[in-house]
Amino acid sequence: MLKDITFGQYFPGDSIIHRLDPRMKLILIIVYIVLLFVADGLFSLLIGAAMGIAFYALSKLPWKLVIKCIKPIMPIIIFTAVLNIFFVEGDPIFEWKFISVSGKGVLTAVLMCIRIICLIAGSSLLTYTTTPIALTDGLERLMKPLQKIKVPVHELSMMMTIALRFIPTLIDETQKIMAAQKARGADMESGNIIEKAKALIPILIPLFVSAFRRADELALAMECRCYHGGEGRTRMKQLKLTAKDFGAAIFVAGGFAAVILMNMFGPEVFRL
Amino acid sequence: MSKKSFIEANRISFSYPSYEGEIPSLVLDGIDVSIEEGEFVAVLGHNGSGKSTLAKHFNAILVPTEGSVSVSGISTAEEARLFEIRQEVGMVFQNPDNQIVATIIEEDVAFALENLGVPPAEIRERVDDALRKVDMYDYRLHAPNQLSGGQKQRIAIAGIVAMRPKCVVLDEPTAMLDPKGRREVMKTVKQLNKELGITVVIITHYMDEAAMCDRVVVVDDGKIIMDSTPEKVFGNVELIKERGLDVPQVTELCHELRKEGIDIPESVLTEEECVAVLENLLKGGAQNG
Amino acid sequence: MAEAIIRTENLSYVYSEGTPYEHRAVDGVSIEIEKGSFVGLIGHTGSGKSSLIQHLNGLLKPTSGKVFIGGEDLWANPKDIRRFRFKVGLVFQYPEHQLFEETVRKDIAFGPRNMGLSDEEIEARVLEAAKHTGLTEDYLEKSPFELSGGEKRRVAIAGVLAMKPEVLILDEPTAGLDPKGREFILSEIKDYHDKTGATIILVSHSMEDVARFASHVLIMNHAKAAMYGKTREVFSHVEELCEMGLEVPQISRVFAKLREKGYEVPESVLTVDEAKKAVLKLLGKGGEADA
Repeated sequence: MLKDITFGQYFPGDSIIHRLDPRMKLILIIVYIVLLFVADGLFSLLIGAAMGIAFYALSKLPWKLVIKCIKPIMPIIIFTAVLNIFFVEGDPIFEWKFISVSGKGVLTAVLMCIRIICLIAGSSLLTYTTTPIALTDGLERLMKPLQKIKVPVHELSMMMTIALRFIPTLIDETQKIMAAQKARGADMESGNIIEKAKALIPILIPLFVSAFRRADELALAMECRCYHGGEGRTRMKQLKLTAKDFGAAIFVAGGFAAVILMNMFGPEVFRL
Repeated sequence: MSKKSFIEANRISFSYPSYEGEIPSLVLDGIDVSIEEGEFVAVLGHNGSGKSTLAKHFNAILVPTEGSVSVSGISTAEEARLFEIRQEVGMVFQNPDNQIVATIIEEDVAFALENLGVPPAEIRERVDDALRKVDMYDYRLHAPNQLSGGQKQRIAIAGIVAMRPKCVVLDEPTAMLDPKGRREVMKTVKQLNKELGITVVIITHYMDEAAMCDRVVVVDDGKIIMDSTPEKVFGNVELIKERGLDVPQVTELCHELRKEGIDIPESVLTEEECVAVLENLLKGGAQNG
Repeated sequence: MAEAIIRTENLSYVYSEGTPYEHRAVDGVSIEIEKGSFVGLIGHTGSGKSSLIQHLNGLLKPTSGKVFIGGEDLWANPKDIRRFRFKVGLVFQYPEHQLFEETVRKDIAFGPRNMGLSDEEIEARVLEAAKHTGLTEDYLEKSPFELSGGEKRRVAIAGVLAMKPEVLILDEPTAGLDPKGREFILSEIKDYHDKTGATIILVSHSMEDVARFASHVLIMNHAKAAMYGKTREVFSHVEELCEMGLEVPQISRVFAKLREKGYEVPESVLTVDEAKKAVLKLLGKGGEADA
């Protein structure tokens, strides 16, 4: 049943990647993305790809998850590849009628594909190995300095948490309302767009009414538990950077350095 | 200073703010009630009797339009001391889904303590303790939507118990639960009072729940119409039924039998009592015949 | 035996088949429900009763097995499934959460309007359904959102009654109501049954309520139809019902205990009235009147 499914893409596990501090994971993923764009040749990009593979191996997740996360963006990858192959100008290595393919075009296409795949797989790894709540938590703490410039960091994160908490509840509720209106003969499948949009009204109104009622009751329950915003609030779970977090940081920093060195001193072939 | 009750409501009246030109209807009408520390009280009444409104006065969610309420000697009208009152008197609501804030059980139980700025290590300890008290420790890492209604309601109770309040007010905590969930929650509530010594006020329209308490306050039309032991309250079968409420089946049976001129005690509340009474009766009957 | 209005043949339903969340909600249920009967459906949460009733109006499609309504195979023509929603009216738990129209009148009319009836017919049905649920005319122009909890519940039930279903299924229609509200709804349902002869399936946790109204009882346990038969027959198995974790009325438990102790009390005492008669009879008072 729907309510059994953990919301988000989190894939339970106990690997070293799962146990990394969410703040560190967030920072490292940003660094990793920058690294992918800094890499300007096949060899430096392969270093990036190797890092990604290493992280996946460490996370002990099934490899098919990589395919799962890339599948939805496959059209974009293909589109990018085709665009690059045919439209990047350079010395043609293949010509047929008005079509010409340059070596540079093929190289750009390959590099772009690796880059996009690493980018998506990398950020998916973050959501696969981190619960949404840990992510929210990590974000809140990372953004804390922004409070000084009046960014409502605590409030934003509270909103995120409540949203995560209530999405499954509301999905469940939507299904119930749909079933109930169908039982009164509501027809949601047939008709043109306008009729279909109209058919949503009997579902949306009860859903909104219920969401407001829930919000009201939740606010009251929170007040009864002395909620008064982020001021003076403590947290039960303290995030602490441990050796493995620094290890991961060193690993990524090392990779970054290798990419830069490769950019500077690596072989001059397969460069953009 | 004279000794004051733990919660004291002094001639309170309440009406919700009304639209212009409308006459505000009185939800509470001059209620006088005091609750001592350690009591196990049921507030019984049908829907719309004002029982929930009364409960909301006990931890300053509502303040009376007339009269006053004090908790541990603090007036609920003192806004500056709101958190003190709410720490002393916790509140559990009807819909278990709408009072769980976090996506992980133990984080939810920690919510109140985090708000109060309790140090992390102490939060951990009190959360584990509260979860054990409601017998939900094994579920501490679950998501709320994996739990049954009764389990969710116990988590809501744990979230309050973690604050270490003197009193817990439960506003129809079982109205949305199935029989199994109801049994679980009532067992937990009873433990709160009998084992942990927490004052419990339970708002309900189920007579079997009220029968479990030590004192029953019956509210109708914004007034207290009875305030006594369950035996005395339910002994008054006619009055209770007249007010749209029920009495336990066994109480009704004994009442009916008495009406037939059979000599049995008026205050039968539990199955065991009833079995004993009937056994006695049938033994006697067999001898006669 | 009268004609079967509902018949299921080896009905099974599996949720999320082929995933780790796979769950068999209905398991090989074969029952026949007579036209015009009042069936109490009992089972604890997760016993499969909610899934079962959603098969009877085609909201769920069986994984295997068949459902017949009035002799017609429900899924013979899947495109035609909506027709059965009007034949078998289903009132969900907390139906007041599904109200959405501006006025009570319009909300009750939602079902009949979906049936494609004429305006006069719709109006007539709305008035009739409102009458069955004790809603007077001045309610009809009110917004459903300004009504009390019990009144909303009645509006929601009226919304299904207005479709004039041959079978009316109610999923715990009294959940959350106080004794007075409970009594009101149940007696309205009983009244509707008596007046229209419609077949009723009442899903309830309360054996007491079922005992008072139902002619037949179906017990669901672990996705299977554990017992089905005349109310009195089924309820004479107090111990088995207790074992299934069902809420047996207090008075039945008292009498079961008395039997255990060797007293000659009747086997299935379900209501206070029966209990009173039984005791009086044993005491030799009123036994003659009963005979």
